[in-house]
Amino acid sequence: MRTRFQQEMEELRDKLLRMGGLAELAVDRACQAYSERDLTRCQLVLENESLINIAERDIDERAFDILATQQPAAVDLRFILAVTKINSDLERVGDQAVNIAERVMDMIELPAADLPVDIPRMATAVGAMVRRALESFVDGKAELAQAVLEMDHVVDRMRDEAFIMLVRTMNERPQVTQQALDALLVARNLERVADHATNIAEDVIFWVLGADVRHHALTVAPQPARPERQEQ
Amino acid sequence: MGVGITVEHVNAFYGKTQALFDINLVFEANHATALIGPSGCGKSTFIRCLNRMHETIPEARVEGTVRIGDLSVYNGTSATQLRRRVGMVFQKANPFPTMSIYDNVAAGLKLNGFRNRKQLDEVVERSLNSAALWEEVKDNLHKKSGASLSGGQQQRLCIARALAVQPEVLLMDEPCSALDPISTGKIEDLIFQLKEQYTIVIVTHNMQQAARVAEFTGFFLLGKMIEFDKTEKVFRKPSDKRTEDYVTGRFG
Repeated sequence: MRTRFQQEMEELRDKLLRMGGLAELAVDRACQAYSERDLTRCQLVLENESLINIAERDIDERAFDILATQQPAAVDLRFILAVTKINSDLERVGDQAVNIAERVMDMIELPAADLPVDIPRMATAVGAMVRRALESFVDGKAELAQAVLEMDHVVDRMRDEAFIMLVRTMNERPQVTQQALDALLVARNLERVADHATNIAEDVIFWVLGADVRHHALTVAPQPARPERQEQ
Repeated sequence: MGVGITVEHVNAFYGKTQALFDINLVFEANHATALIGPSGCGKSTFIRCLNRMHETIPEARVEGTVRIGDLSVYNGTSATQLRRRVGMVFQKANPFPTMSIYDNVAAGLKLNGFRNRKQLDEVVERSLNSAALWEEVKDNLHKKSGASLSGGQQQRLCIARALAVQPEVLLMDEPCSALDPISTGKIEDLIFQLKEQYTIVIVTHNMQQAARVAEFTGFFLLGKMIEFDKTEKVFRKPSDKRTEDYVTGRFG
């Protein structure tokens, strides 16, 4: 048993989970800020972005060290490759949260407008995708990750519907064009968060099953067995 | 050129103790195949069954069929006849200590009655070149003994000695385990080049070495062949949990 190696892998996993928590919190805060027109939450999202960036660099460095010194193979090698890619996706989730927060800060300065789009509903769906993608990573569950992939279509449809409705609103009520445009961009940011959650789920499937399901290459067959957890 | 090796239902014994259990394998010609596994798993016993060295141990015996090209190893082939076609390099370099570098390489040919000096010169040069040693020793072929070379050079000398009789198969039993990284790198480069002309089977404890030099990898455990597949597959997504546990260092 390679005790030091297993410890390093466990630390890497914990660090990624903490970063996942930060990214998830950033999206939640940005979406609440949208619903409640809350400047304070927007500022919190902006302030905490640097924590996510620091975590990203730290995780990359740890992964690099393990690759350089431990020569991982098989499930461990797939795990580290997955971690580095999930790390990058989580950092971008954080970026999207910042984009949403900045958009909300713009909106707060404008009069509130009643828009025919349910951003909170979309935010709930996207938040669930991020949460499940991270849960699939925690538990090494490919089937849960597969469920995330399927949710992406739902969010895509929500984004398409939001675009249609908001463009129509801009034509019919030009006085709320700016607000509609902000909402449209928030919808786009949320849809991108969903894309990153999808990427994370694909990476979990790669780690657990060794299967590359990117670009709809494959769907996941029923899972034969859970992979070795790192502490074993 | 190398030839393929077919192994069918091979069982090996040391007295009453069975060391290998029903091994079935096909080694492709002109490819390098690595055999990995924890100490005592039977990989060295197995490689020694391929050139009938196993039976040199008192009370040891082999059952089953091994074919090297068209040659049936355990059916009507003499050990001498076989070893002309199957060269072997061991863990510890074993040059003939009192012989010059030249004589070390020429020994196998001389033993086979080869006496033409000009042709011997050509074979020695070609073999040392193939073993990537010629440039380092060409000025001292007759002056220096094999034992005077460094460990890495001695191992390459042993490879040259094995190549001199123009075998079709080269068996290597942990050839780099006693070498530094530079010498190991040279031997690995050599394996990479040699497989164009020879079929190579290498036993190694160094899994990264297996991953670097071999197209195919076989994993042995407790005398059984657990998994045999393309090397990338074995190190990326092995089929058997025991293989995964071994290559990830969870045991062994």
